[in-house]
Amino acid sequence: MIAVRVIAFLKPGVLDAQGQAVQQGLEALGYAVERVRVGRAFELVLPEQDWEENVRRMCERYLTNPLIEEYRYERLGPAAPPAKGQDDP
Amino acid sequence: MSGRPAPAGAAGRQPHRARAASRAAGGERTTPRSAVRLGPRLSSLSLERLLRAGPRPEPAPLPPARAETGALTFGIVVFPGSNCDRDCEYVLREVTGVQTRMIWHRDPELGALDAVVLPGGFSYGDYLRAGAIAAVSPVLGAIRRFAEGGGLVLGICNGFQVLCEAGLLPGALIHNRDARFHCAWTYLRVERTDTPFTCAFAPGEVVRMPVAHGEGNYFAEPATLAELERERRVLWRYVDARGEPSPQANPNGSLHHIAGICNAAGNVAGLMPHPERASESLLGGTDGRRLFASMVRWLLERRRG
Repeated sequence: MIAVRVIAFLKPGVLDAQGQAVQQGLEALGYAVERVRVGRAFELVLPEQDWEENVRRMCERYLTNPLIEEYRYERLGPAAPPAKGQDDP
Repeated sequence: MSGRPAPAGAAGRQPHRARAASRAAGGERTTPRSAVRLGPRLSSLSLERLLRAGPRPEPAPLPPARAETGALTFGIVVFPGSNCDRDCEYVLREVTGVQTRMIWHRDPELGALDAVVLPGGFSYGDYLRAGAIAAVSPVLGAIRRFAEGGGLVLGICNGFQVLCEAGLLPGALIHNRDARFHCAWTYLRVERTDTPFTCAFAPGEVVRMPVAHGEGNYFAEPATLAELERERRVLWRYVDARGEPSPQANPNGSLHHIAGICNAAGNVAGLMPHPERASESLLGGTDGRRLFASMVRWLLERRRG
């Protein structure tokens, strides 16, 4: 098993209302921020065989909507699996 | 009630007294309708104001005789998190007068149906993206086959989001331009009346239906938008009371002020406004019932050949 992190953002040109709202909040706190984009991160633990092709397929079919989102991914390696959450046995 | 399987021909068609008796026996609705009282929070004064709200809609045409509409069966899909499924079922059965059947999201087959409605709500809590998880549920395979065979499919609000995520309709519904949830009455212009979903409206008619969504901002690539316009597949557009589109009349920032569209074949449609919440004058308007009446009219005409 390996761990992979997928990051998805709305494509440039697609209105990121959440990003704009977060930016307004930062400005209200007095921070100068030129741009904020809000995205989504996934951490997957999956078999190593064909992982890259499989991750791409998952992203295209389900994890992202290719019409409005773009994504990138990185392998975290066996030494850095996602932390166990409260759902894990 | 709606979720209970009923023998063919019997669902929802019992006389009132028999229904009330079965409710009392089954404990489904223990308060007879006549015993419902207005609570202190809904005083007769506020009810009066509710009834007066907005311009008085034109009286809706009477639906066809029940003997005819009762021969049609509409399926209402229930996902975990659907919350307008019962409203849709109620309006279809009690106002439109068709037979209804609830369809569970895990059902791999639809059975014999004349039309399918994907209702509003927050399927799977809107996790991932609104409609994305519902779009890969088993029932969508059956709905896809039903649509490919020419069956009528209508997606309302979350149902529209599901149809877009499933690729049965083009485009996507993204966060409203102001990142806020909008719950308000809107005016819609009916862009064409030669479709199964609009044939009971008048050409260019301006109607009122409420919206209630956080992600109803219609987005599509320029080429897709051009195709939708060229093929006249925008069925409803947000407008002001005079029928003019404007940013102020558009509650969510939808491109081309799109409120609802149909597929290329014309048998699958989706819209963000809620026709089922605008189907009885007590709730402020009856324009929405004509969307369901359109489907009925079209289905009955198709049946007559």
